[in-house]
Amino acid sequence: MPSELKISNGRVYDPANNVDGSIQDLCVRDGKIVESVSKSASRIDARGMVVMPGAIDIHCHIAGPKVNLARKLMPEDHRLDVHPKTAVTRSGTGGIVPSTFATGYRYATMGYTTAMEAAVPPITARHVLEELDDTPVVDKGFYVLLGNNAFLYKLLKEGRKKEFKEAIAWWVNSVHAYTVKLVNTGSDELWKGRKNANITDVNEQIDHYDITPAFVMESFIEAAHELGLPHPPHIHCNNLGHSGNISTTLDTMKAAQGRRAHIAHVQFHSFGGELNKNPVSGAQEIINYINDHENITADVGQVMFGKATAMTADAPLAWMLRNVKFDKWVNADTECESGCGIIPFSYQESIYTHTLQWAMGLELFLMSKDPWRVLLSTDHPNGGSFMNYPKLIKLLMDSAYRKEALQHVNQKAVAQTVLPELDREYTLNEIAIITRAGPARALGLKNKGHLGIGADADVTIYTEDEDREQMFNAPRYVIKDGTMVIKDHEFATDHKGKILHSKPGYNEDIAAEIEPFFEDYYSVKFGNYAISEDYLHDHEEVPTHPKS
Amino acid sequence: MPEAAAKAKPKESKNIRIVKDATCTFCGCVCDDMELTVDLDAHRITKAKRACVLGRAWFYEHTLEERPVVLIDGKEASLDEGLDEAARILVDAKFPITYGLSDCPCEAQRVAVDIMDTINGNIDTTTSVCHGPSGMAFQGVGESTATLGEIKNRADLVIYWGGNPAESHPRHFTRYAVTPKGMFIPNGKKDRTVVLIDVRKTPSTPVADIFVRVKPGKDFELLWALRALVKGRKISEDIEEQTGVPRETLDDLVQRMKNCQFGVLFMGMGLTMTRGRHFNSGAVYSLASDLNEFTHFVAKPVRGHGNVTGADNVVAWQTGYPFGVNFNRGYPRFNPGEFTTSDVLARGEADAAMIVASDPASNFPKKAIEHLEKIPVISMDVKETHTTRLSRVRFAVATYGINTGGTVYRMDDVPISLRPAFDSPFPTDQEILEGIRKRVKKILSGSKARVAA
Repeated sequence: MPSELKISNGRVYDPANNVDGSIQDLCVRDGKIVESVSKSASRIDARGMVVMPGAIDIHCHIAGPKVNLARKLMPEDHRLDVHPKTAVTRSGTGGIVPSTFATGYRYATMGYTTAMEAAVPPITARHVLEELDDTPVVDKGFYVLLGNNAFLYKLLKEGRKKEFKEAIAWWVNSVHAYTVKLVNTGSDELWKGRKNANITDVNEQIDHYDITPAFVMESFIEAAHELGLPHPPHIHCNNLGHSGNISTTLDTMKAAQGRRAHIAHVQFHSFGGELNKNPVSGAQEIINYINDHENITADVGQVMFGKATAMTADAPLAWMLRNVKFDKWVNADTECESGCGIIPFSYQESIYTHTLQWAMGLELFLMSKDPWRVLLSTDHPNGGSFMNYPKLIKLLMDSAYRKEALQHVNQKAVAQTVLPELDREYTLNEIAIITRAGPARALGLKNKGHLGIGADADVTIYTEDEDREQMFNAPRYVIKDGTMVIKDHEFATDHKGKILHSKPGYNEDIAAEIEPFFEDYYSVKFGNYAISEDYLHDHEEVPTHPKS
Repeated sequence: MPEAAAKAKPKESKNIRIVKDATCTFCGCVCDDMELTVDLDAHRITKAKRACVLGRAWFYEHTLEERPVVLIDGKEASLDEGLDEAARILVDAKFPITYGLSDCPCEAQRVAVDIMDTINGNIDTTTSVCHGPSGMAFQGVGESTATLGEIKNRADLVIYWGGNPAESHPRHFTRYAVTPKGMFIPNGKKDRTVVLIDVRKTPSTPVADIFVRVKPGKDFELLWALRALVKGRKISEDIEEQTGVPRETLDDLVQRMKNCQFGVLFMGMGLTMTRGRHFNSGAVYSLASDLNEFTHFVAKPVRGHGNVTGADNVVAWQTGYPFGVNFNRGYPRFNPGEFTTSDVLARGEADAAMIVASDPASNFPKKAIEHLEKIPVISMDVKETHTTRLSRVRFAVATYGINTGGTVYRMDDVPISLRPAFDSPFPTDQEILEGIRKRVKKILSGSKARVAA
């Protein structure tokens, strides 16, 4: 018997299908949205409720070696926020870096049904897939870190762009990634090979390779375009957190040359001012560029006051933060040229830079002209936990609340921004865009982020509440793949969720060229490297659209 | 016996299989470059190309013993009876514990944690008796670390402290850290300086360019003096008297550490299981971190069992803590000394134990073993051990990496998939644990026990 569900009389926000708050019925059969269902379908009376597609986090750090190191690093944080089991769900621990089960359940309790792990070292992708399998409810995928890869650099140095493209495709296929991630491009060699140095300019030469970070990024963007990856290169720009980094960020966006590129946690890359001096907001310049260039998508990486954890493949950045706090610090260099740095952190209202960052993120949101391309994230847990999303939504939707919040932060920092002058309030439709329809479009997920016929039946139903934080904090129902996972605010059943990945086509001859390099310089046998599909469990291949 | 027949012996089987890129799970090196020749008729591995002396013993001595899959109170029983009895013991217990897990794949470890979560039990791994102190030190100060491939490619200063890899991890030198040529180490060992710090000369000593002998139990003092010197601080005049190491040796070591291009400090159980324990590990991590103010420096515990690193990872991702985790309250709590197995047993708290792939009855403190003898024990092992002999229910299982697939984590957290060499008639740890889980959940379904008290 097919499983059927009818959600009647809810106020539906489905921006991808131009449905903006009209009262409609939704029908679900076998995990998909359908035209109609039989009379025996189960029913939800959604009168007085807001119905949206399940939300999608386009950029978070929830699984894999760096996340697990951060978990191991902070027992003091877990013990303050336990996550008891229920009759149907596993236990865990919360805090700023929750255990896998707690992560999946907590995303679900905020109406999120998809989350993308944003930075996976190529040598540890198997670990990520194992953790994602233990991350319940949500669908999930990951971006593989290739922006510092020595083999790919060697091909670029030799001018072999065709083989460069093939090798990227080989790598994405071998680890079952969704797309490629570039982090602080060119820095890895300086960090490990030149005593913790860092790239300072995207146009400087990278040691040993006679190429520049700008050229590397441009080449990746071009290759991803030709391979037709569902999501373009996901870029963590150089000079994160340095005063005056807007010029780097603008150079990076220009390197896309009109092709699609995604700029991750753009708030961290919107610093004006001069290097080694206090930063000022450069949000206006960055958002103007994004507004004018339809090829660019970005997630904001909003900073929220309270606990955070710097957890990044940008090891030099974590080192810089370590030398501010001298608190416990993790650095992990990984072969296949990646690594990570981890620092427990907290953002405080009284501190100039912290307030400035908080305000810059809000400026970016409020000055964005196209919500489809400027998406909601806190770069969890870097800007704060994903559990802050409801509060962030309230900050965007409620200008009185925002003005009140402005009273309690560092006023010197606020004076460097135009935030007090921005009266814009996001509508529910715009919230549905920046948390659902927009991320789905940026990710190339045709079946998600909307409620049209044939879409995945990932649906969130909120009791309407003027306090938007309260409303988005606790959906009354969460339906995942047509299954009612949360019913009347309680977990009704457990749910696995699936892996989303892409399989760009390529010429398999490239493997024969990668193999000797791999055998010479890495410590795992090439024959054992590619990950078998057994690790994917339930999975969905998201189609690529190769050019020519 | 005719001469021709004598020559024909031992009879060459035609049923030979070659397994390339097989993985040795004997120690934490988890070398995945074995080429195994398997005699499928004799059910044994006849050749293990590239294996070290330990690996060869691991592969060659593995045979399929004639033994019952299940014994209950010493009597042969069916698999179903064994699983039913195991589930009943666990559900009936007020304080059930699980221990071991470092010699089975992650897939099995994940099920073991689930069972303990389900019955509000206690989960702990052999980490609590090996590098547990390093895990605790990590919680305090963090670590700067690297995968072994990075060390092969870049490390020009390699320091081993409190370990004897030549005997415990023979290929650590040859495959990863000393002799191999790497991306920026074109001449292998010639491009590296190797330092060994230990309380005595061992078979590892000849590998070292510099051997430093420290007085037993004085590692912390030596580490702390090095930290002070790195930071340009004064140290006690009588440092040689305290630690047995002359001041000039310390100064030389400090210069080498500060001036190398990429340094690594490997620590063994000579630091974690002697006086100072997590203070020693913490000092190593801190020293390596401090050195990053001058150069690039990393540290790494040399882990023992084949998948002890996987056990740390699985327990951490499922509970937030790496070992010594208790679910009595319906959520994970961590407290080494309270929830670590030898302590739980020595205090006589546990009233049932499930021991997976380890032998605490042979190496735990006497009081802990005495308690283990008093309570119902469920054990899973590939061979007979002190622990299996005292078990109420014992399962004979297939050997991971030889008869089963699955995932293991090398000492540097790099995950590797296993390639089984030949089939075993015995079930895998994972199959047994899944069978127990299914029965535990069935017994509890409908009861309130699943919900947190």
